Amino acid sequence: MPRLEVRKTYKLYIGGKFPRSESGRSYEVTSSGRSPKFLANAAQGSRKDIRDAVVAARGAVKGWSGATAYNRGQVLYRVGEVLEGRRDQFIAEVAASEGLTKPQATRLVDAAIDRWVWYAGWPDKLAQVLGNLNPVAGPYFDISAPEPTGVVGVLAPQDSSLLGLVSVIAPAIVSGNTVVVVASEDRPLPAISLGEVLATSDVPGGVVNIVTGRTAELAPWLASHADVNALDLTGATELPWAELEASAAETLKRVVRPAGDGSGAEEPDWLATPDLSRMHAFLETKTVWHPKGM
Amino acid sequence: MTPKFEYAPAPESRSVVDIASSYGLFIGGEFVDPADGKSFKTVNPATEEKLSDVSEASAADVDKAVRAARRAYDRTWSRMSGAERGKYLYRIARLLQERAREFAVLETLDNGKPIKESRDVDVPTAAAHFFYHAGWADKLEYAGLGPAPKSLGVVGQVIPWNFPLLMLAWKIAPALATGNTVVLKPAETTPLTALLFAEVCRQADLPPGVVNIVTGAGPTGQAIVEHPGVDKIAFTGSTDVGKAIARAVAGTRKRVTLELGGKAANIVFDDAAIDQAVEGIVNGIFFNQGHVCCAGSRLLVQESVADDVVHRLQRRLRTLRVGDPMDKNTDVGAINSAAQLARITELTEAGVAEGAQRWSPDVELPKRGYWFAPTVFTGVSQAHRIAREEIFGPVLSVLTFRTPDEAVAKANNTPYGLSAGIWSEKGSRVLAIADKLRAGVVWANTFNRFDPTSPFGGYKESGYGREGGRQGLAAYLDTEGTH
Repeated sequence: MPRLEVRKTYKLYIGGKFPRSESGRSYEVTSSGRSPKFLANAAQGSRKDIRDAVVAARGAVKGWSGATAYNRGQVLYRVGEVLEGRRDQFIAEVAASEGLTKPQATRLVDAAIDRWVWYAGWPDKLAQVLGNLNPVAGPYFDISAPEPTGVVGVLAPQDSSLLGLVSVIAPAIVSGNTVVVVASEDRPLPAISLGEVLATSDVPGGVVNIVTGRTAELAPWLASHADVNALDLTGATELPWAELEASAAETLKRVVRPAGDGSGAEEPDWLATPDLSRMHAFLETKTVWHPKGM
Repeated sequence: MTPKFEYAPAPESRSVVDIASSYGLFIGGEFVDPADGKSFKTVNPATEEKLSDVSEASAADVDKAVRAARRAYDRTWSRMSGAERGKYLYRIARLLQERAREFAVLETLDNGKPIKESRDVDVPTAAAHFFYHAGWADKLEYAGLGPAPKSLGVVGQVIPWNFPLLMLAWKIAPALATGNTVVLKPAETTPLTALLFAEVCRQADLPPGVVNIVTGAGPTGQAIVEHPGVDKIAFTGSTDVGKAIARAVAGTRKRVTLELGGKAANIVFDDAAIDQAVEGIVNGIFFNQGHVCCAGSRLLVQESVADDVVHRLQRRLRTLRVGDPMDKNTDVGAINSAAQLARITELTEAGVAEGAQRWSPDVELPKRGYWFAPTVFTGVSQAHRIAREEIFGPVLSVLTFRTPDEAVAKANNTPYGLSAGIWSEKGSRVLAIADKLRAGVVWANTFNRFDPTSPFGGYKESGYGREGGRQGLAAYLDTEGTH
């Protein structure tokens, strides 16, 4: 008799814990490819789950943004270490989720780990690269430095279940923002496993919150939530993203539009080398003036 | 009883300014009549005297201006070297300095602000913005925005009435330095210095269409925002209009920067140099009649020194001279319009109705024109409208706090996040509080300082993007893939 595998129950990741959806709902997740197989019943998150996640994210802003940049870098690097340790698990999950061969999935998982490590080096460099002393015409000391925006709502990429996910979460939290992420609707399982990595890598609870479910159902609540400061629409490729952006305008959220031209939206090439743009999108610049005198 | 000294009148001459009886729209380097011939009048708010008739641009006129800007962008401006662009900006800066007196007088006539402010702040700072950005035009690859930043194209700019020329400079100088062409709409109550600026563009031989100025009110601005040929919108004004613009551009690929309202906290700790703080408080809220988005309109005073601060503030306010903006000794000029005066009046009445105590120095206001005496409210709670809503007038609300944490919590208790002030002799406290304030500009032991090298802009609902400095350039450049 072959051994019967122990299957995993995938839940949400909110405030450092793994609750089921308060709605009690779940939906069937299958593998991609020619003959889809049942993978798991993912939690089908609700408006209330989004609101709980925003509360958790708001609560975590003070501690995470107040930590030293060196400390945030250490914590983020630790995530890279734990990701590496779970490499085989992610290869299997990404292969199943995205319908890829093992070598193809391996390439993506390795890129995701390396991407995370790249971002882990940024917290203590952003202020040096993006900030400056301003030579004002007068006896004043005047410096400008970047600061996090606060709570960022993220629609994760729909296709790239791990590399794409890492590529939107890491740049948002590097500077001290916290995030509420709606995972890929059809490929949500690596996202919850990433939550397990985050939960065991010294990332404070609430810094990253991951809700699985129907993107079209959840996105409007995130876009209109008054306590969300910024909105990343990268994963809105199948949605009328203009409506989400218009809804975000009510509270003047900073919006990252989906890639593409015109009203078209497409998934970026996640294997391309990243730049500062995704970190820059969720930063404010604070300028502090002080007189100089004897 | 302290003796009261009278000042002799010291009026600035208005003979340096020629105001035409009517103005066209400045499109493609020429003044042209609006398509449907509509116009509106602009008045001197200090006297209600009509200054001129100004054209009201329709959507068709805006379309014409956008086409002129596109043509200038495609044929000349985007092809020109940065060094040549920079030389045009240097010319403009010099012309503003040469005609400084004329601009200052015209600004004061059209806006109602004291001549000493238009002369010593608005005009020189406007020239400084052109000088600063002129030098960037051929150095953009050193701005830290990636190796090959590119201009965006045609920029639509809509500016407010509180600093008509200065806001024009904040918008046009970086746009041109980065290689964009512009269609700018000045505010309907203060269009005259923008139209004089069109003359400066002509004297500088700026290629036709690089700068286009269309006058009008809300619908004209809306036509700019919604025009499909505009690549970027830069707006300074109210938060409500800013939200409408953000909605209007949703789903387009237009870039947007918004500089919106504020409700700045000016925090005075018990160890502050009180007389110095009082000067800062006065400058923070009564500069430009309080028509300042970053005005220090919420005074947060540590409870132990609150009575002393308010007492000394009242004593200082009794020395403010309110009246003829053209008088060189005037500190507080006219409210810009009847509509703004009505808004200030409504909010101050709400302050009284909600239980705050109102105080003003004994000043005699001119009979004609739009006037409001400097006003201080004490006993203000965070729930009062005067503590929550932007008044945009010479009205200060005083609240108190006991601990630094309480000061931070109250300061941040607003949807706005444009600016803040801190008064304390303890440097470590200043820096710690500055870290905790959610505001784009924090003035410690000073207030209302501006410089072209210093990024200015808000957190939260005070809008997005920065103007000035290296950070301000980013708003006018495509750095995608490099930044």
